[in-house]
Amino acid sequence: MTILGARPRIAVAVFPGTWSERDFLHVATEVLGWQARPVWHAERDLGEVDAVVLPGGFAHGDHLRTGAIARFSPIMEAVEAFARSGGPVIGSCNGFQVLTEAGLLPGALMRNDHLEFRCDWQELRVESPSSAPVWLGELQEGEVIRLPISHGEGRYVADPATLDELERAGRVVLRYATATGEVTDAANPNGSDRGIAGIVNAAGNVLGLMPHPERAAETEVGGSDGLRLFRSLERWLQERPAPAERRVSSS
Amino acid sequence: MRWIAEVHVSLRPGIADPEGQTIGSALRSLGYASVDEVRSGKLIRIGFEAAGPDEAERAVGDMCRRLLANPVMEIATWDVRADEQQDAEGVNP
Repeated sequence: MTILGARPRIAVAVFPGTWSERDFLHVATEVLGWQARPVWHAERDLGEVDAVVLPGGFAHGDHLRTGAIARFSPIMEAVEAFARSGGPVIGSCNGFQVLTEAGLLPGALMRNDHLEFRCDWQELRVESPSSAPVWLGELQEGEVIRLPISHGEGRYVADPATLDELERAGRVVLRYATATGEVTDAANPNGSDRGIAGIVNAAGNVLGLMPHPERAAETEVGGSDGLRLFRSLERWLQERPAPAERRVSSS
Repeated sequence: MRWIAEVHVSLRPGIADPEGQTIGSALRSLGYASVDEVRSGKLIRIGFEAAGPDEAERAVGDMCRRLLANPVMEIATWDVRADEQQDAEGVNP
């Protein structure tokens, strides 16, 4: 499918304490043949990229609050500008936490309700994929996918009005569910409000999710549902009307 | 002059506090059967320079809004006082 010379180019932000950047880089370059480069948090320029990844980990030690220090890292000005210009941004796990702290997504991620770190495979129900074709174009409404989770602070919270608005606008795109797609308390691994595992911004270009798509991109590691998010981006980039060069810098 | 701020960051009422609940059950298991509420939070002590009390107060308010508390789930309260020990050292080095 990929046209030679038009390979997606992604930047993967790396903060002190990030731990999932190598998995994202591996999937992008080795599994998909994309161009991908790590971008140190102290840099100010993303370069010419088609998408930006905020990976999982413990940026700046997660001190104060998860993502609270990372959102002020120099590279975040460029990430915010890229996101606000409509550029595709995905934040997984710690990256989701950074996106909420930066105000690019509403709500917050708090300590799991049982206070335990949870590392496991997790079933997720896909909702409103049409709200974010950039990241979910290859997924179907109501289907159940399986991705790893790995977090101690993944309890999504927001005030009821915000939650209602997210649901009304179809911006809740992933919920913790049973294998048959039922959203139950027992299937909720962290006590998230309304079982929310992933949301998108109003424009649909910024996705935040606690699960790790980059850890489920090859059947050898137990599943490849995560690869479908990358494939969605690839297709979206190929089909968009004018694949304009993007160069976003904070300076 | 130098100022000391003590910022208390606590969870908003209604936000579940599993850490506080766990501390509460630990206290009850130690025999403090009447404990019916525990809320956890953070205490952040900050030493800094400011020209006067108004500027000091304003600076701490800004710090809380920009970084120290996330208004989605937290509330910050603070006390600011002149660092008298530092002043004394300044007068009589």
